[in-house]
Formats: sequence, structure tokens, C-alpha cells
Amino acid sequence: MNTIPHTVIKPREGSSPINIKEIIRYKDLLYFMVLKDITVLYKQSIFGIGWVIAAPLFSVVLFTVVFGRLAGVPSDGIPYPIFALCGILPWTYFSTSLTAAGNSLVLNASIFTKVYFPRLILPFTPVLSKLLDFIIGFVFLLLVMFYYQYGITVKFLVFPLLVLIMIVTTAGLGFWFSSLALQYRDIKFALTFLIPMMMYAAPVVFPASLVLNKFGYNAYLLYGIYPMTGVIEGLRSMITPDKPIVWELLAVSTGSGVVLLIIGTYVFKKLESKFADVA
Amino acid sequence: MSDSAIKIQDLSKAYRIGVKELKHDTLGSTMISWLKSPLKNFKDLRSLSMIDSNSNDSSIHWALKDVNIEIKKGEVLGIIGKNGAGKSTLLKIISQITYPSTGSVEIYGRVASLLEVGTGFNPELTGRENVYLNGTILGMRKKEIDVKFDEIVNFSGVEKFIDTPVKRYSSGMKVRLAFAVAAHLEPEILIVDEVLAVGDTEFQRKCLGKMHDVSEKEGRTVLFVSHNLSMIQSLCETGLLLVNGKEKGYDKIQSILELYKKELFSGIDHVDTLRDHFVITALHVNDKLSDYVIDDGKGADIRIEFHSKTHCVASLYFIIQNEEGYNVIHTRKDDVKLEQGSNRFYIQYPALPIRPGLYSFNVKIIYNKDGVIERFISNTYYINFASTHNLADLNALLTPKYSLDKY
Repeated sequence: MNTIPHTVIKPREGSSPINIKEIIRYKDLLYFMVLKDITVLYKQSIFGIGWVIAAPLFSVVLFTVVFGRLAGVPSDGIPYPIFALCGILPWTYFSTSLTAAGNSLVLNASIFTKVYFPRLILPFTPVLSKLLDFIIGFVFLLLVMFYYQYGITVKFLVFPLLVLIMIVTTAGLGFWFSSLALQYRDIKFALTFLIPMMMYAAPVVFPASLVLNKFGYNAYLLYGIYPMTGVIEGLRSMITPDKPIVWELLAVSTGSGVVLLIIGTYVFKKLESKFADVA
Repeated sequence: MSDSAIKIQDLSKAYRIGVKELKHDTLGSTMISWLKSPLKNFKDLRSLSMIDSNSNDSSIHWALKDVNIEIKKGEVLGIIGKNGAGKSTLLKIISQITYPSTGSVEIYGRVASLLEVGTGFNPELTGRENVYLNGTILGMRKKEIDVKFDEIVNFSGVEKFIDTPVKRYSSGMKVRLAFAVAAHLEPEILIVDEVLAVGDTEFQRKCLGKMHDVSEKEGRTVLFVSHNLSMIQSLCETGLLLVNGKEKGYDKIQSILELYKKELFSGIDHVDTLRDHFVITALHVNDKLSDYVIDDGKGADIRIEFHSKTHCVASLYFIIQNEEGYNVIHTRKDDVKLEQGSNRFYIQYPALPIRPGLYSFNVKIIYNKDGVIERFISNTYYINFASTHNLADLNALLTPKYSLDKY
């Protein structure tokens, strides 16, 4: 009440920097939006949060049978269930949160055309809320690991970095897609087939070493430009005792994730001033 | 720093509106346009966000044009105007929901806008969870809500159901809870758009009381949009009249309301193909020749004098409409002999139990001229039904006298 804020509203052209101070002021909103996402999702369902485990569990069984046994896809010598989980968990996070983020502005148009708050919160909410599923899935992965008598090693310290790459990438693409989707609903349709395509582009069902063996190390690093490659490969290296972490690959993935975040934020802030008009 | 809360300079806002689609009459041209349509759609969608403020494009609509006002601290401003006059657009710009095309707004203080009650309410969440979610959407912090939580719940009167999912609430309960949250905002500037039109009367009175408190005791600046002129009159000190996006007046509320009343009924279409045939020469309402007022609980004696060029048998209609354009009273008398020259009619209404406010009055004459139905609609006169009612009854169309006793 002591300091009265002074705001000037002017026509906006082009992009504008993120107002960090304002986002901090609205951190409680972000918190409650994330909380809402989590509580609403499994309400009025019998198994509730159990579905978080069920979905990857079924995928693992399916992938193990189809790709591991029938197709005989190599798994770098890792038991196929662990190998598959390392791909499925980050992938599920990436695809569900990106879909949710991409549609966030369209779905919440009735809110942001009525109230002002930092709009970035809308696509950022699923990026955070879907992390819970990922963490629960990760605990499940640990259990499977223990079953195969894999231990926790010092390599697990890389885990926060992997999660960060995931968040940064998803946020970047989420900002980008959500702001475009508001004006061009085509994005919504495109996402439904783009995301499965992106899964086959990522080393979810096959090891990235296929690329390494066929096209050499540089191609392998180039593959890291797709940040999910870094995340999935990093996760597999982290868990498998005799598979070293390829830091260069992680560096490439981190870099490209950050670039995606910058582009996504730029586009979002550029289109932001017109959101209420085109929604 | 001055004592102004909001400074609006040369504010304009353009929207792009739909332009008529080209019609195709051959299969060929339909096919070609179908093939071309992605490109055309892309251009159309792109143009939604690209508005050149200098262009004279017919698809551009100026929702606001060159508005200049300065709102003082603690002022309670009523913004009035017909639908589409730009009221909501102005509020949206001040609330930072949309950006102006030209001009600027300077705001001193935090703004909370209530363009809708219960924005972001999620039906699956409980009342408690929604209070927090809605509160933070409106710009409150968790700590603030923690402190005011009990007060909010008390105000809403839904204590019993606070841990029940909102989807099981009645719509009234939802509105009360939502408004209770909004009523506990503490911004320097409060923006309210026609949100009091919901909820039951008891709760409305409570909200109006709260708004009175907010503006009078705490010296808050309030911008208030409503079509309920009586409500505006009782709440606001100053008024802003918008007409087609332009500022038509900014003054004491009383004179703005006067201006608006003239504006309100000036744009009515006349179907008076018989303008020459009939001319209303005088209209008396309760012996007054202008500034028609009917006091609360009084009947109305309306005397009409008009001049007719022909001698005919006609149907006479006397129509009283409210501000929303609904016929409140529609009186019809068939087979009325009209003399050539001056005609005088005297209508007597008993005390009309209608909501206080401004009503329009028209005379319609329909007669059969050699097999052709001819109609004449008079100019519109407006009559103010004055009020001594308290505000609580204002939401009803009828406000009859009644008694309430125990038996």
C-alpha cells in the first residue's frame, strides 16, 4: 500500500522482455494453477493417481513384447523393460505437457480475456504439473531397477540436469505452439500427428547408438540437437553401470533446449499483446 | 505525482471485423477458391493481429476513438452507453487485457478488474480450492487470502459447502462465493463490468453495500459499467458517456444521465411513411409538456394531441418500452375513428408497478387505406418512472406494492 505502482499502457509492437518481477508477484497463481491441474486430473476416477503408473506400465509391456522380443530391437545390453522405461517416461512427460501447453491458451481463453495476469503462466503450468507424473514414474523405474539388481550410483547426480533440459525444451516449444495455436487452430491438429512422429524421431524404442554405429560420432552429436535425445540417452547412461554419460551430447541438447526456450518466449511475447483480440 | 488515478490520452482501439465472403456460382470457381482457401485463410487470420491504424479498410471497426479523460483518485465513475459503444473495450484496455491501437493510459495504483464473476472457477474443485485459485487469478497472494478466508466464506454464506466440489453448487451459490472473493480485493482501482446483474436481490444489496463501503470509506477509485441507470445514479459521482466509441461527455453523473437519455432514444428507426398524415402536436404526462416524470406509486394521465390529414378508422397502439427495448406495456385499441384535423386522446394508467427507470413511449397508428395497410410510428418520448424504492428491488421488472405479514 505504501508504494503505488505506476503503469503505462501503450500500443505494443514487436516482442517485449519477460517481466520477471511480475511473474514472481504471481507465483501463488502459478502454484494454484499447478495444484488445480494435478487435483482435477484424477478426480472422480477409481484408480486416481494409480493411472500414472498404469500408463507407462502398459507401454513397457507392449514395447518389450513388440520391439524387444518380436522385432528384436537392440537395447545396448540393458534389460529391455528398463531400456524402454528410460525412453517412455521422459517421452510421456514431453508429449503430455507439450500437448497441454500447446492448447493451454485456446482452452483458457475465457480466463485471460477477462483478467490480467502474466500469460506465460498458462502454458508453463502443464510443464510443471506433469512433472509429478514423471517423478512417480521415475520411482517406479527405480523399483524395476532394483528388481534387476541395478544400484544407484554417483552418475545419478546428472538427473537434475536431465530434468532441466526436459523442462526448458517443453517450455520453449509450449510457449511457441500455444501462442501460434491461438491464432491458427491448425497447430492443434498438427500436434496430434506431430507428437507421435517426434516420438519415432527420438530414441524411445531404439538406442541412439544405432546412429552412432551407422553414421559416426558427429552424427550422434548432431542427433543431440533434438533435446529429447540427450534426455533419454542421459537417463539410460545414468542408470546403466557400464554405459558412460556422453557429456558432449548433453551439452548439445542443453544448448538446443535453451535456444528453443529463447525462440519460444520471443514468439510468445511478440504475439501476447494480441491474444485477447484473436482468441 | 498528481491526484489522478487514471490518465487516458487519445485512446483508440481498432478491431478487425468480418468482411462478407465472396460467393461462387460455378463449380469451377468454387474448386479454385477451395484450393486457394488456405492462403486466403492465412491472410485473414494473420490480419487479425495486424492492424494498420492509418488504413481506411472497411473491415476495421473503431471500438474506441480518441478518448481523453483523467480520473481522479477516489472518484466513482459510471461508464454508460449503448451496447457496442466501447465501454467494455475501455475497461479491457485499462485492465491490460487488450492493448490500445493508439494513445496511452497511465495508471497510478494496482488495478483489479471484475469483468466477470468467478473467472477461472473450476467445477471439479471444492469451494475452498476455488477461492484460492480465483483469488490468485484476480491478483491476490496466498497470504492475503489466508487472512481473509473466513471473512470471504462468511460473506458468501456457503460455509457448509466450502469443501464440496463447486459443480454441486447451485448457480446462486457459485456467484455468491465468486463475488465474495472479488469483494475482498484491495486494489487502489476497482473495475466492475455489469456483474451485479446476477445473484439474488438479498445478495445484490449486500454487494452494493460493500461497493459503497469500498468507494466511500476507503477512498478507492471505482469504474463501473452498468445498464441499470438507477444503480449508476446511486453509486457514482461522475459519468462518462460513450457513443460509438467516442467520448460524448464526462461530467457529474446527473448531467451525463440526462445526456444519455437523449442519446438513448434518438436512434430509433421510424417507419413513418405517413409522417405527413399524422403529426403529434402535444404530449402531456400528468399535466407536464416535457421532462415527463411519473412518481412512484402514482398513476399516469397521458394526453395526446395529434393532427391527421385524413379521415379514417384506425387501430391505435400505445407502447411503453424499457431500456432493454422490451415492450412493458402494449395497449391496442381497434376501430378508432380519426377525424381530419386535430384529434385528442386521453389515456389513463393506474399506478404501474414497474421498475423505476427510463422508459420510451410511442404511438403507433395502423389503418387500412384502400386495401393497403399503412402504419405510422410517432417520435419517441421518454418518461422517467421515479423511484423511492430501495436498490434491492431494482433487478425485477415489476415492483408491485406488497405487504408481508405473519399469520
